[in-house]
Amino acid sequence: MWAFLGSECLFFGTLISTYLVYRNNSLVGPYPKDIIDVPVTSVSTFVLLMSSFMMVMTLNAIRKGDQRAFRVWILGTAFMGATFLGFQVFEFYEFAIEEHEFTKCFAEGCIEGTWGGLTPWTNLFGSTFFVMVGFHGAHVTVGVIWLISLFGQSLQGNLKQKDALRVELLGLYWHFVDIVWIVIFTLVYLIGGNDAPTDIQAYLDQGFQLVQ
Amino acid sequence: MVTAIIFFLVAGVEALIIRLQLARADSTLVDPETYNQLFTMHALTMIFLGVMPIGVAFFNLIVPLMIGARDVAFPRLNALSYWVFLSGGLLLNGGFISGLGSPNSGWFAYANLTEEPFTTGDGMTFYSLGLLVLGVSSMAGAFNFIVTIINMRAPGMGLMRMPPFVWMTLITSFLLVTAFPVITVGLIQILFDRSFGTNFFNTQAGASPLLWQHIFWLFGHPEVYILILPALGIVSEVIPTHSRKPLFGYPFVIFSGIVIGFMGWGVWSHHMFTVGLGNIANSVFTITTMLIAIPTGVKIFNWIATMWGGSIRFTTPMLFALGFIFMFIIGGLSGVTHASPPADAQQQDTYYIVAHLHYVLFGGSVIGLFAGIYHWFPKVTGRMYNENMGKLHFWLLFLGSNLTFFPMHIVGLVGMPRRIYTYPADAGWEGYNMLSTVGAFLLGASFLIFLHNMVRSARKGERAGNDPWDGRSLEWTIPSPPPEYNFAEIPTVYSRDPAWDLKYGPTGQDETYRETSNGPVSDGLSNGPEGAGYGSETDAQSLGIHMPSPSYWPIIVAMGFGIAGALFIVGPWFSAIGVTILVLGLYGWAAEPVSKEEH
Repeated sequence: MWAFLGSECLFFGTLISTYLVYRNNSLVGPYPKDIIDVPVTSVSTFVLLMSSFMMVMTLNAIRKGDQRAFRVWILGTAFMGATFLGFQVFEFYEFAIEEHEFTKCFAEGCIEGTWGGLTPWTNLFGSTFFVMVGFHGAHVTVGVIWLISLFGQSLQGNLKQKDALRVELLGLYWHFVDIVWIVIFTLVYLIGGNDAPTDIQAYLDQGFQLVQ
Repeated sequence: MVTAIIFFLVAGVEALIIRLQLARADSTLVDPETYNQLFTMHALTMIFLGVMPIGVAFFNLIVPLMIGARDVAFPRLNALSYWVFLSGGLLLNGGFISGLGSPNSGWFAYANLTEEPFTTGDGMTFYSLGLLVLGVSSMAGAFNFIVTIINMRAPGMGLMRMPPFVWMTLITSFLLVTAFPVITVGLIQILFDRSFGTNFFNTQAGASPLLWQHIFWLFGHPEVYILILPALGIVSEVIPTHSRKPLFGYPFVIFSGIVIGFMGWGVWSHHMFTVGLGNIANSVFTITTMLIAIPTGVKIFNWIATMWGGSIRFTTPMLFALGFIFMFIIGGLSGVTHASPPADAQQQDTYYIVAHLHYVLFGGSVIGLFAGIYHWFPKVTGRMYNENMGKLHFWLLFLGSNLTFFPMHIVGLVGMPRRIYTYPADAGWEGYNMLSTVGAFLLGASFLIFLHNMVRSARKGERAGNDPWDGRSLEWTIPSPPPEYNFAEIPTVYSRDPAWDLKYGPTGQDETYRETSNGPVSDGLSNGPEGAGYGSETDAQSLGIHMPSPSYWPIIVAMGFGIAGALFIVGPWFSAIGVTILVLGLYGWAAEPVSKEEH
């Protein structure tokens, strides 16, 4: 399992490097600054982090052989994972469908305009963002399915105290996915969230006008 | 193993067509498009479907025997790995099978030439899907070996008592699980670019094609070591056994293997000296590339020192091991020449590179694997191959490969570029190319001898006995072919050469003592009932050994991968059918009762 997680590190490492290499290289908008919503994502990040806490409680319960507590905690973990996914679907939907108004001021004056939706094929930011965050979401989805499967096994009576190792492995996976999110959240939302061209020419080239 | 050899033959035939085409100037045997597909598929098939799986087949056959285990840690995962490999191989060749067109952009598939407007047709889609599926197979196999080697060694076999081949397996497995995720991401990016219109390598959106080269070679260079390390391990087994001396400098051989594994990660940009990374980057990668020659050289000196003063038997496996050393030195030396960027600027994309890579991949990996095939053939089949035919095979192959690949050095230095489907008559390259083609057909002939020898000997060869080579590792202490459960009684290991201990007494005896063919059986090991050997009973059940029951779920899961991939070509959403089969298969697998009894 540790080897598998090591392997996953390389997987996300490559996706994240791609994002970093292409950061600020998008030729057309929308840019991260115009679209990233840090407060909303902070809430979903908090939910995911708390689910890791619940995972710890889940493992603790099965080690003690407490089936009732185990079922409560594992369902709670799955529920919080699903909540995180709900936030992500909402975010993707909003990025892709909504129009995004923006105002940017430079020494020469201010520019106002509206971007269309951000999709994976809009610009480099879109491609890297959706594929990276999407793969993370896919991992969370697998985790949630895994959690629910173990819950089902517990209901059937196939998951006993001596099977704690199976829960522990799921726990390792779940914490790993969580840690990856911390990296992505920091890089994409907190650091990259303010990315936008610093040169007015980039906007003029796309047909926007100075507002007086 | 048989599947891998079949793929290997397909790739060999592709190579022969390429050589036929290049034998004469202005040849029109195949058209440029077919030629592109041929050289791409030749490389892909040789690397991913030939050499790598043969290496993995050895891991499967030999590693459990060498460490005194009854099987690998996860037999069903192993089955999955094989079936996924098969579906990945079929998928990669799907272009030929379905007639939709094969990959044609080289195995390196440089972006942005692989983007939709530049490469049309489904070839590159087959490429990404095939390699993605093969990646799953390799990773599943590699995890299995890591767990097997770490957890299932016989009592007493510390890490530094493991046979060198097991060590190289471990290192290769770690390289596999770390290198494949990188290419997985690259392949996903290409696939998404082509199928869903993302912009990863779309220069019009500001993307950099260099990113692909970095991702590809960051995978590609460890991949080179994935191909060569099994061969290094095999040679480290064959030479001591056939020189009847313990491996000289065992810790150095092991640690240089580990160092190669680590440094393999730090040299990838030497594939990219000519893209303009700047002097500092080029210098750094020059230094790391030259440094990696040191551990490789250490190994070669250790092999030579092992043979020094040994009583060498020139059997077929030994000949192949010696051929390996010879060819690998040439390949290694030419490799150091293009570690230097100015020299590389001249050699890049010429036949000089083709010569180098064939000396290390063919002269190195493939000859090393042949040494292994001959060495363990009696163990696996229980019968001896025909020694004369084996030697004939070796000499034909040795001559043929030098005749094929040596002229490529020269023709490359006088300017013949790679990957051209023909060349003008006045370029002066015809003679060299003709030599190469003749050599290639010698190689082809040597394979026919090999196949004949293998098929015939497996059915009618002489009985080999348990220990035809007077071997030094555990696999020679059990019957040939090994019973299903390998070891009737799990052995205890006290040294690096447990089988010799068993036969001649504990290590520390002088060499001449070992050469006597029937030394007294010592108490160096906790022996089975007969004294020498651990496999005396015949029936697993009667010994109360639990064997895993056969399972069909791995095949279903693997089919899921194959179907998902094949339907992706039709339309991305159709692959949902394959994914459904896959998920159902996984649940069936998980629900299948595993026998509760412990070994």
